[in-house]
Amino acid sequence: MINQNSKTLLEVRGLHANVNGIEILKGVDLTVKSGEVHAIMGLNGSGKSTFAKILAGHPAYEVTAGTIIFNNQNLFDLEPEERARAGVFLAFQYPIEIPGVANNQFLRLAYNTVQSQRGKEELDPLEFDDFVREKMKLLEMSPDFLDRSVNEGFSGGEKKRNEILQMALLEPILAILDETDSGLDIDALRIVANGVNQLTNKDNATILVTHYQRLLDYIVPDYVHVMEAGRIIKTSGKELAKELEAHGYDWINADDRGKTAGVRP
Amino acid sequence: MSTATSHSYLDHLVQSWQKPSTSSWLDQLRANAMDSAGALRMPTTQDEEWRFTDISPLSRLPYPVAQSTFKVQLSDIEHYYLEEASCRLVFVDGQFAPELSNIAHNAGAIIGNLSSLLPTHGDTIARYLGQLAEFENDVFTALNTAFLRDSACIIIPANKSVTTPIHLLFISRQTEVTSYPRCLLIAEAGSHATIIEDYITTEEASYVTNSIVEMNLADSAHINHIRVQRDNQQAFHIGNCTVSLAHASQYHSVSITLGAYISRYNLNVILSGEGAECAADGLVLISERQLADTHTFIDHAQPHGKSRQLHKCIVDSMAHGVFNGKIMVRPHAQLTDSAQLSRNLLLTNKARIDTKPQLEIFADDVKCAHGATVGQLDKEEIFYLKSRGLSDLTARNLLTYAFGGEVIDRIPISSLKRQLEEIVLARTQIS
Repeated sequence: MINQNSKTLLEVRGLHANVNGIEILKGVDLTVKSGEVHAIMGLNGSGKSTFAKILAGHPAYEVTAGTIIFNNQNLFDLEPEERARAGVFLAFQYPIEIPGVANNQFLRLAYNTVQSQRGKEELDPLEFDDFVREKMKLLEMSPDFLDRSVNEGFSGGEKKRNEILQMALLEPILAILDETDSGLDIDALRIVANGVNQLTNKDNATILVTHYQRLLDYIVPDYVHVMEAGRIIKTSGKELAKELEAHGYDWINADDRGKTAGVRP
Repeated sequence: MSTATSHSYLDHLVQSWQKPSTSSWLDQLRANAMDSAGALRMPTTQDEEWRFTDISPLSRLPYPVAQSTFKVQLSDIEHYYLEEASCRLVFVDGQFAPELSNIAHNAGAIIGNLSSLLPTHGDTIARYLGQLAEFENDVFTALNTAFLRDSACIIIPANKSVTTPIHLLFISRQTEVTSYPRCLLIAEAGSHATIIEDYITTEEASYVTNSIVEMNLADSAHINHIRVQRDNQQAFHIGNCTVSLAHASQYHSVSITLGAYISRYNLNVILSGEGAECAADGLVLISERQLADTHTFIDHAQPHGKSRQLHKCIVDSMAHGVFNGKIMVRPHAQLTDSAQLSRNLLLTNKARIDTKPQLEIFADDVKCAHGATVGQLDKEEIFYLKSRGLSDLTARNLLTYAFGGEVIDRIPISSLKRQLEEIVLARTQIS
């Protein structure tokens, strides 16, 4: 929901980044205010997943230029865990399997870490169990997933639900969903999208990184950005996604390329 | 290490040995073993089987056999008792401690120390004792047998299922002594039991443990064997276990190595009957200057055998882990199904691991898989945990704990599992 008076949560300016010495991001600009849902679309290799990982602080990416201010803090001053505690959440495109770590143990550790950071009460295992089971209902997840190792042997859809469950527990200020729709059948997509919609409110913001328009039928964005070759080349309203779906990325006319998009007009 | 040192170690021990006074089979066994010990020498890193494990520090410490019995305070060891184990045999410095043991609820098994069972089961014991643990070529087996004074003896009668675990607790109470713990298991046809072999100490200074376990599984017997070595970090521990598996018998073992300055565990499993099955899993968790060497030998001698092995080492600070996993498939052992995995985690740049899977296959219709990995914690896993707010240390500790947890999880006794999980947690400091 767009509200011109709401607070700026994320301000990205001229972001350049390398991975393994190759420049992937070549000047990304983006402003996200509270209450907004942004979709970043683009072909494979356009840099959108790289951008998502940089926001979360993945160590493999080297930022070479630019600034990111998150909620009045320089994001680059914060370690990944500090970003998480400050309210940045990345739902992974490929959630990591961690054999031997029970999902409930992991979820409770994460939840309590963030709670204590926020000066809120931590939960013991029994209290947490009740709490997390409630949250799992939102995603129509079986409690069996609590006793299994983190993501181990989960199907693609189950992994994605487990990501959104973490989002529900950590209540981030800025959630970045990296290709959360990939590998989901239509029922799972509906459940995941419904979960995300219930978690969005006027005080937080969501960035959806996606390939396809289909997720946007369920989570309706306020802005759609098109990324290409490491830059945002076009920004528009939700109708842009439909146009892309209908005409393909080539449809974006040459005039748009080379312009600076992403910054609010 | 000079040859002189090694000689003097053996010389000391040989000299301290008292020639048995009788001509009983047991004294004859001891005397034969001492003859072997006298003819053998201490292994050095020149010996292929000891390449990575320099035991010269041990060679300088010819600790005598513990003579007197030191009292153990119940309060010092009570927390090692396992609630599930209705039977407990306790040995202090290698000597049976009846006041700490409890064999009343034996569920029909014959459980006791050697001297108490000799009058009633002498013939059976004589048939098995010292048969699997061949001392002709192994100096430590020879010494243990020569100094054999007492032993845990367990006979599970045919088709008897002992549902609760039998806990063998070997306590080191004196320092600068050598103890020679021993265990003989005879599992008759179709019997089931779970044996826990547990080494603990109340002390902080150095001592030597030289232990022997012999397990005989008759047709269709099923034995779980959990071995926990939690000596102190000054101790030396040489352990040998030999298991013989008859037709369709099953042997499942988990060995956990936490203690000792230098430790060596040799596990030899001979699948001598058709369709025998063994699982031999291990976890080694060491730090500081510890060295832990595990040598396993799984010998598929008959067809349709199956073996599974997962061996994991977590090596911290400057410690050194060694794993040598030999799997032999003899010409006759067709349709053997064997899988071995050695996974190793190095927590620092100074930690060291030597791992050597060793397959010797002489049959042509077999399935044998093996693999070895040596690595540090996975960076993507660390990042995933950190991206959820966990600190770098917590993330690393959690992953280390999980790495070891996979083996601990295979222990079928929940109170022991809990104890070990607590030890690993304490070492990895997860709050």
